[in-house]
Amino acid sequence: MERDRPNPDALLAALQREETRLRRGRLKVFLGMCAGVGKTYAMLEAARREFATGRDVVIGYLETHGRKETDALAEGLPAIPRRHKEYRGIQLSELDLDAALARKPSLILVDEFAHSNAPESRHPKRYQDVLELLDAGIDVFTTLNIQHLESRAEAVSQITSVTIHETVPDTALTDAEFELVDLPPDELRARLAAGKVYLPDRAATAQDRFFNAGNLSALRELALRFAAEHVGQEVLAERRAHGTGTPWKSSQRLLVAVSASPTSASLVRWTRRLAGELHAAWLAVYVESTRALSDEEQARLARHLALARELGAEIITTTDDDVVRGILRTAREQNVTQIVVGKPAGGRMTELFHGGSVLNRLIRGSGQIDVLVVRAEGVKVSRRPLPSDHLWKMDWRAYAWAAGVVAGVTGLNAGLDLFAGVYALALTYLLAVVVLALFVGRGPVFLAATLSALLWNFCFLPPRFTFFITHFQDGMMFTMYFVVALVLGQLTTRIRAQQTAERLREQRATALYLLTRELAESPDLAQLLAVVIRQVGQAFHAEVALSLPDEVQTVPVTPYFASSWTLSDKEQAVAVWAFQHRQAAGQGTNNLPAGEGLHLPLVAGAHTAGVLSLRFHDAPPLSPAQHDLLEAFTRQIALVLDRERLRDAETEAKLLAESERLGTMLLNSVSHELRTPLSAIGSVAGGLRASGGLNPAQQSLTVELDEAVRRLNRLVQNLLDLSRLEAGHLRTNPDWHDLRDLLRAALQNLGGALDRHEIKIEIPADLPPVKLDAVLTEQILVNLLGNAAGHTPPGTKIEFQARAEADHLVLRVADNGPGLPPGDPARWFDRFQRGPAAVAGGTGIGLSLVKGFAEAQGGSVRAENRAGGGALFTVKLPLAKLPPIPEEKE
Amino acid sequence: MSLPDRPLVLIVDDEPQIRRLLTVTLEANAYRVLSAASGQEGLVLAAQHRPALVVLDIGLPDLSGQEVLRRLREWSNAPVIVLSVLDDEKGKVAALDAGADDYVTKPFNTDELLARLRVALRRSTKTEEAVVVRAKNLVVDLATRRVTVDGREVKLSVIEYNLLRLLARHAGKVLTHRQILNEVWGAGHENDTHYLRVYIAHLREKLEGNPESPELILTELGVGYRFIANE
Repeated sequence: MERDRPNPDALLAALQREETRLRRGRLKVFLGMCAGVGKTYAMLEAARREFATGRDVVIGYLETHGRKETDALAEGLPAIPRRHKEYRGIQLSELDLDAALARKPSLILVDEFAHSNAPESRHPKRYQDVLELLDAGIDVFTTLNIQHLESRAEAVSQITSVTIHETVPDTALTDAEFELVDLPPDELRARLAAGKVYLPDRAATAQDRFFNAGNLSALRELALRFAAEHVGQEVLAERRAHGTGTPWKSSQRLLVAVSASPTSASLVRWTRRLAGELHAAWLAVYVESTRALSDEEQARLARHLALARELGAEIITTTDDDVVRGILRTAREQNVTQIVVGKPAGGRMTELFHGGSVLNRLIRGSGQIDVLVVRAEGVKVSRRPLPSDHLWKMDWRAYAWAAGVVAGVTGLNAGLDLFAGVYALALTYLLAVVVLALFVGRGPVFLAATLSALLWNFCFLPPRFTFFITHFQDGMMFTMYFVVALVLGQLTTRIRAQQTAERLREQRATALYLLTRELAESPDLAQLLAVVIRQVGQAFHAEVALSLPDEVQTVPVTPYFASSWTLSDKEQAVAVWAFQHRQAAGQGTNNLPAGEGLHLPLVAGAHTAGVLSLRFHDAPPLSPAQHDLLEAFTRQIALVLDRERLRDAETEAKLLAESERLGTMLLNSVSHELRTPLSAIGSVAGGLRASGGLNPAQQSLTVELDEAVRRLNRLVQNLLDLSRLEAGHLRTNPDWHDLRDLLRAALQNLGGALDRHEIKIEIPADLPPVKLDAVLTEQILVNLLGNAAGHTPPGTKIEFQARAEADHLVLRVADNGPGLPPGDPARWFDRFQRGPAAVAGGTGIGLSLVKGFAEAQGGSVRAENRAGGGALFTVKLPLAKLPPIPEEKE
Repeated sequence: MSLPDRPLVLIVDDEPQIRRLLTVTLEANAYRVLSAASGQEGLVLAAQHRPALVVLDIGLPDLSGQEVLRRLREWSNAPVIVLSVLDDEKGKVAALDAGADDYVTKPFNTDELLARLRVALRRSTKTEEAVVVRAKNLVVDLATRRVTVDGREVKLSVIEYNLLRLLARHAGKVLTHRQILNEVWGAGHENDTHYLRVYIAHLREKLEGNPESPELILTELGVGYRFIANE
């Protein structure tokens, strides 16, 4: 223990050296959806801020494309000259890596992370230069477009039909911090039109193709989603660092398709099991179609998604009218290796029309991905009401509109009939159907198409006011009109539905991104909670209350003062229920649905961070999309709150460890200082005795000296032990021991203290080895036996007995002295209690140490008077079961 | 004994009082003594003078006891006796595992220290290993694997014999739990202390006159075992 006396200065220096050696530079990436959003500008602004704080900031490589604003911003920042190189007659200039490493700034700017270096450079890619800078402990700012990210490049290619050549592996961005540079597509197009965006010549031709509004919003969503996910990942990484997360070990990724079908739940569980066995990550995907779900279906779907989330799946919602296409697209985007679907139930006809064809198409389209077809067990539910019936109920107003418009157009046509031919009237009808399709759903469009075809035939096609068609030409026209009206109407509806879905998705991604960003930027808990309340309120049009557990978790929840909704006692009770049961409760759920709000527990792993309560301004239920977003919100909030909690716990643990270290150091040095002179005295006594020339009286004096040293040493030991106990620094080190060995060591330690007593020892011969802390147990025995000897007259008997009971080792020390004085015997284990018969010089801490050491090992102590006179002290220590010892082959 | 024949002992301790005391005591008992106040100085003196034995305090301010031991063991086989404090079992075990031969707990008894010194020196000067080890009325013949107590042969199991042989071959020296377990049960069993407790109890039952107060195989609490052979 005295080894723990290092020179603090040396220690500090060593620590600092270690830190510099180990510290890797930090990478910050300014991420944009495409060229022209202002990444370089944002990077320079950030760099200027760092520069202003006095940091050693240097420009390694900057591509301003001659833009004046950007150039102006770079002005004044020191730069490392570029390395120029001629390759096949072309002048190329690159980052001078060696100069940068030699210069060793604190922070270096390197534009265009994905750039390919000139041939014959040290690394073929610029990101490799950056990695080398980071390894040298230099912080780096860089810029990157989402399409250059390897995991996103394919998605971008599909969106824009442009092949991406320069990509950066995602691993190069491990531990990187991202700042999203965002610009709405319209503004970007305006900047483009104003010539403010630089494009290389060969790309200029592709400009229109690439920069159309659809592409841009898709790219923007990709970038937003990436940034949102990444902020989430940082939180996850933190959790992993604290050992609460599960890092996935295999490269397998499973996907399970989740729907409102009652069989989904068992599919989800099945996939969870498989994922667990493979140590694989898994996704639960819901393909949202434009068909509206019934309330019952919605509730079921929400339950399935919640189940998947609880079981650890990543939840992805995608929009597609074709389930198979949606699943396959998601599977490819997410690099899934196996898709899990349910075996279709029901007869052959159903199979033919529903499951069978879906399954076949999925298998045909799956390519490299394995498809697992699993028998799913589900509760039979009543059949879904017929779609037409369902739609009618939902959209009767739309149907009325459709009928009305057709009627109106018929009236108009009656007027036009005077001037225009009968075929022109058909076109008027067609126009009406297409316009209708922009506003109403499929059913009404179908109605309008049918109705208009019939009316046209009835009112205008000769012979008029009959459904007869006499001319072949008219028959052809009627059929063609009907088909065209139908197809055109349906197509228009679908395009519109997809647009709406896309917009919703983007809104969701943006909301989640905003939340995660604000959460990540909140400097303290108070602001963080304020952000949560504001963001959730805005995103869901609701009043929000946030309740957090009390310091002592027995009273589970107290609402946070900044909440925008003051919970009534009743609502508070529902919130507490949600907290305790870790389930959503209140409106729209199966738990206590009578309340006026929805209460969602913030669950992060095994810990519940609090409850988020919402009272919606609009009437629920939430759409699946909103539900999904709300779930994502609560998960994100829970993670962040949990991170705060972990951070606090960590700080506390650090402080504790530090105070413990100082305490141990102090105790060690006190121990050293007290024992060194004791050693010296003991040695002198021994030396005198060994030297020979002493007369018998002097000899016996040296023996007395030895005994005094021994006693003083025991006292020092006890005082130090007491300090350790007091400071809570006692660490037990249990190992297997033979109890006889412990007792012998204790007797030896006591030296002559027991000489004037008769000791009777009773340890069963078959007592197995016991798992105890040797030092603590020896001290227990020393103090108990020493105490007995000190409080009883010489010549009396002290009895020691050990016995194994079920799961306890029972040690008894009995004496034949005067016994304990009246009063609560437990108080003898309090500090500084001294018995009346105590020999002079006792400190009254021995028994308190016995108690402390027994309790430190999970045991207990007891004091009582024996029936026949004398005191009895009992120590009970937990007895571990002896592990098997291999049989020996003779 | 003429002066150069006396064994040279190097004392490494940062406490001047302990150094002075040990010097006086050891010189009075026919040793030559060198002393060093730090680990660095100790290593230099050891290299220059090649002491027959080193007494090393494991709580030095500059180098840890283990570090001094490690560097010393790179070129020297001189026995090392470590000075430690009572409740530092881990430090003792670490020092023994790092190559120390024995330890003495502070505050130490001079007689005890001198006895340990004698045993360690005798072990180091012994040129060849004894084939027959005698301890009280026990005789272990390592060549024929015969074990007798008072002339009567004692039947031991293979592991019991291996354990006894290991202890007997290192008579006088403390063997740590880890060293014994590793040697007798093999790698991977270093923490199975309970094997050791059970087998040592068997051995004591078969070999000791009174297993309740063993005289042949002594327990060094929390550290290991020591076999006491006849001198």
